[in-house]
Amino acid sequence: MDQRNNVGIVIVSHSAKVAEGAADMVRQMVGDRVPLAAVGGNADGGLGTDVGAIMGAIDRAWSEAGVAILVDLGGAETNSEMAVEMMPEARRERIVICNAPLVEGAVMAAAEASGGSPLDVVRATAEELMGG
Amino acid sequence: MDDAFKRRLILAMTETIVSHAEELTSLDQAIGDGDHGLNMKRGFEAVLADADNIAAKPLPDGLKAVGMALVMKVGGASGPLYGTLAMGLGKALPPDPTAAEAAAALGRAIDEVKARGKSDAGQKTMLDVLVPVQAAFATGGADLTDRLATVAREAADATVPMKAIRGRASFLGERSIGHMDPGARSASLLVQAVCNVFNEA
Repeated sequence: MDQRNNVGIVIVSHSAKVAEGAADMVRQMVGDRVPLAAVGGNADGGLGTDVGAIMGAIDRAWSEAGVAILVDLGGAETNSEMAVEMMPEARRERIVICNAPLVEGAVMAAAEASGGSPLDVVRATAEELMGG
Repeated sequence: MDDAFKRRLILAMTETIVSHAEELTSLDQAIGDGDHGLNMKRGFEAVLADADNIAAKPLPDGLKAVGMALVMKVGGASGPLYGTLAMGLGKALPPDPTAAEAAAALGRAIDEVKARGKSDAGQKTMLDVLVPVQAAFATGGADLTDRLATVAREAADATVPMKAIRGRASFLGERSIGHMDPGARSASLLVQAVCNVFNEA
């Protein structure tokens, strides 16, 4: 199956190590059945998030089914929202930022996406972790 | 507003952020994640590096360029927030605004910051400086730039007893009380720097 048919997952952490580690866990769960990109750190390579890098990650994980973004702390969410707004208009409606914990949310969302679920279902599965 | 004046504004804002970077960082270490000073310094140094190009643009386009540089370079939540403020001003300002037009434009830009941060005044953020400064600006009157600098400084001080309910400091809840909000402090520094440049004009 062409993985590009499934919803893509983007992991955004303040730390590149956290982002890569979470991506490793996702890969172990779903292999290459979902487009996946992880990004962490600011433009200088320190802790933080980088709007340009997040836009690049959305591109790498792009799927016509859309992309679900998982974030860790405040700035990751704000910078991800900014990145989404700076994407081409035709793509914006197919990108969601999940209100879910980063690692668990990424794994759950990717597992759901690997079965071919649409974007709203992938998001709902990640957000169930918040306990409703 | 000529190019030289726009360059002076950029230089004054960068200088105040750079010279207070350690203070902003220590305020942020108390109630945030300790990166506000460095993040703001990185952002404004990027703006300063492009100052000639920015100053040569009409004011609205120059502000949009400042906003984009802050969004792309700051790295923390303050990048999109200050970037939205600058880009919002760029969208709302006419090329050669009157004071009343500038105050109205600042009001619209602050509304965009509120939407971006899902926040409002009273939540221990930069908005607790920007909102009262805009209100005083819109009221107008004599010695406006002197008074706005004072309003900004006092408004930042007034965040000390507030409890944070947005942003990283909100994790601390009651423990955020007793510390000045770093975003309010940086907003106050920027307002004071801009007012000083207008005072010297």
